Amino acid sequence: MIAYLLRRLLFTVPVLIGISLITFVLIYFLPADPARMYAGPNASVEAVNRIRTQLGLDQPFYVQYGRYLERAVQGDLGYSYQLQMPVTQAILSRFPYTLQLTLAGIFVELLIGVPAGLLAASRRSTWLDGTSMVASLIGVSSPPFWLGLLMLYFFAFRLGLFPLGGAGSWQHLILPAVTAGLGGAGWYARMTRSSALEVLSADYVRTARSKGLAGGQVLRRHVLRNAINPIVTMVGMDIPWFIGGVVLIETVFAWPGIGRMMVDAILTDDVPLILGTVTFTAVLVVVSSIIIDIVQAMLDPRIRLR
Amino acid sequence: MHPSRRPVTLRAIVLSILVSVVLAACGGGGASELGPADQGTSPPQATQPEPGGNPPSAGGDIPRGGTLTIAYKDDLATLDPAVGYDWTNWPAEKMVFDGLLDYDDTTNLQPRLAESMPEVSLDATVYTFRLRQGVTFHNGREVTADDVAYSITRVLDPQTKSPGSGFYTGIAGAQDFIDGKADSVSGIRVVDPRTIEFTLESPDVTFGNKMALNFAFIVPKEEVERLGENFGHNPVGTGPFLFREWIAGRQLTFERNPNYFFEGLPYLDQVVIQVGVEPEVALLRLERGEIDSMGDPIPAAEFARIKDDDAWQGRLTSAPQVSTIYITMNTQMKPFDNVQVRRAMNMAIDKERIIRLLGGRGTVANQILPPLMPGYDQDYQGYEYNPDQARQLLADAGYPNGFSTTMECIAVEPQPKLCESFQQDLSKIGVQVQVQTLAASTVIADGGTEGKVPLVWSGGLGWIQDYPDPDDFYTPILSCVAAVPGGWNWPWYCNQDLEQKAQQAIGTTDTEQRLGLYREIYRTLMDEAVWIPVYNGQYDIAHSDKLVGKETDFAHPEHTIRYERLAKQP
Repeated sequence: MIAYLLRRLLFTVPVLIGISLITFVLIYFLPADPARMYAGPNASVEAVNRIRTQLGLDQPFYVQYGRYLERAVQGDLGYSYQLQMPVTQAILSRFPYTLQLTLAGIFVELLIGVPAGLLAASRRSTWLDGTSMVASLIGVSSPPFWLGLLMLYFFAFRLGLFPLGGAGSWQHLILPAVTAGLGGAGWYARMTRSSALEVLSADYVRTARSKGLAGGQVLRRHVLRNAINPIVTMVGMDIPWFIGGVVLIETVFAWPGIGRMMVDAILTDDVPLILGTVTFTAVLVVVSSIIIDIVQAMLDPRIRLR
Repeated sequence: MHPSRRPVTLRAIVLSILVSVVLAACGGGGASELGPADQGTSPPQATQPEPGGNPPSAGGDIPRGGTLTIAYKDDLATLDPAVGYDWTNWPAEKMVFDGLLDYDDTTNLQPRLAESMPEVSLDATVYTFRLRQGVTFHNGREVTADDVAYSITRVLDPQTKSPGSGFYTGIAGAQDFIDGKADSVSGIRVVDPRTIEFTLESPDVTFGNKMALNFAFIVPKEEVERLGENFGHNPVGTGPFLFREWIAGRQLTFERNPNYFFEGLPYLDQVVIQVGVEPEVALLRLERGEIDSMGDPIPAAEFARIKDDDAWQGRLTSAPQVSTIYITMNTQMKPFDNVQVRRAMNMAIDKERIIRLLGGRGTVANQILPPLMPGYDQDYQGYEYNPDQARQLLADAGYPNGFSTTMECIAVEPQPKLCESFQQDLSKIGVQVQVQTLAASTVIADGGTEGKVPLVWSGGLGWIQDYPDPDDFYTPILSCVAAVPGGWNWPWYCNQDLEQKAQQAIGTTDTEQRLGLYREIYRTLMDEAVWIPVYNGQYDIAHSDKLVGKETDFAHPEHTIRYERLAKQP
């Protein structure tokens, strides 16, 4: 297990170098000028040139990348042009929000998706199955931006039950988490259903039934426990999605997470911040996949980490 | 925010979030336009009444106290006046800092940290400022001439990476200092603790305007050195508000400076700037009374809904922006090297339709300078909209069947829609335009690359004046100096005669004579048809009915919002 962990962590190093290099190359060859973006449209050409020199953007590609790596190894991800603060500080100040939204969003997904999927599977081909699958299809297909605005309009603006976006209290978290969770819940419901259907036809379920266990107990103790693995994998895939992909939800709800910061960085050619957030997200993806592997091994004795 | 909408962009591949980016565009958010207004020239010699004498609302008792909450979409980058240069931080910096000079309700210069207007030598090369007595920084120390010298030198210092350094390179010795050949700027001289003298390389009557820009705000050396890179997030100045708190990505808080040197100002106890709020959501918050004003333009669809709504009476303030939005034609690229073609293009655009597409937020432009800019030519008619004559001109120029060309345009609504309108207009005279919608940074980079793009639509990028002087529409965007890689002379037009005339104008102290020179310059540029001026912009500010202030306090030409002059009814 420890050897496994060490090997996985070691494998992270080339992954991170690869990702940062690819990102660096792509930014470098973009037709935009980061120095101009830093200086703003009205700055004079000489001022922009001076800034370019100061930022080291006039150096050849390999020098710039080399300097970046050298500093990154020492834990210095550079200084954001647009936020005017160290990239590490910017990421750390936003990450708690992203983490909150991620955990709350996944909670909503599981809370709605798993029971709906189990229900649909156990009442296969009934109206319950049909209804929950149609509902999940609607959930999956609703654009989060639109859904978020609707939520805000009805629950915050019309009914005044929640704040109109922003962050700072648990009330602020509910609407974005539900918006993020509703879409995802659809995926979970469908995944749980098909996984549970597979398990339902297994011999040990028939055995459990024939020894007289009640339907609910069969579902909880046998079906869910065996159908849970794909769901855990999905949670693992969800974490990076939440970190990089909930931009729209963060945008609608004025949620100060990393996703929005990353898009802003891309739109303003804030090179250090783009590199920093991409690398940070990559680390999170690797870390969350390791955690998921461990959790799966714990849940399913048939899986061994080697 | 300038989302990209190119079919396949590199960054989209890298980060696979193109969808998010494009949809984020739905949030809108125009370009930052620090637009200005008003005629009235600004001879630096004119002495104006003290700002303290201008109450914010017409007559009556001005309410005091209360908190103004305003919401913006984009986060503020910094409050360091040497660095910040955009729509959100520009007015916020004015809460914390002051410059030697400032503007009155319109665009006339008046003293601020200076006791009076500067003494200017006859040839406009030496400016002497005397400081107001007893003004203190928020840390309690008195402001001296050394602080002024330090602040301007700091902007010139390449280490500061100030986008505004270009404004002050005309000070004698500035270039040597930048190049590291001198430890200080020889043209900046502290005469005594309350007097400072600036000597310029060549005459410049706009120097007073430059000293009223945020870049020339006075900062305390000891705080800048103590806070280092963090100064922009913990600003200390002399201004009407004290900086209190900055929660990254969420909000900033400012409190009234009880010792402000203009007696009576400011009226509010507190200002809270919320960031990261989409304009659609900001409007909902405003309707629910959670905020007092939205900082960004009202989204077009919402504007159409509320502008005739009785419930919004008295809660919308409109003011003209001193901006011109235009199409540039690259005079070095065929067929736009032919002036007849450029004139034909000028006659082919239906500008009225653009105003309709904008929901009436703007007025048709017929020349380069906007109507409220000194030097605007009242008698000039411009090119009329006449597709038949345009077709004739094209035929005369040797293009009876028209031609094909490309236009770049930023991918933020409503710009692509406007570009489609130009496309239709031009197809009527046989010019087939391929519109490319791109990220703002790409359009700016392409415009500043020689021989790269034939046509650029400046919507969302348009030239925003820094100060109310006609030079600000020539030197930075239409002069030979700006026709360089990375510059803003996107027509790549360089005319030595005009260059000389502009040199002459910048040293001419007689206002009438000077404006006359500019009228000649801008008429020539229109004859040469280097741009198609399309419209002049307009501010529309949505705010609560509790907020009191004059139109220019909500949308001042140089400040945009003037926090120090707004008041709030309990």
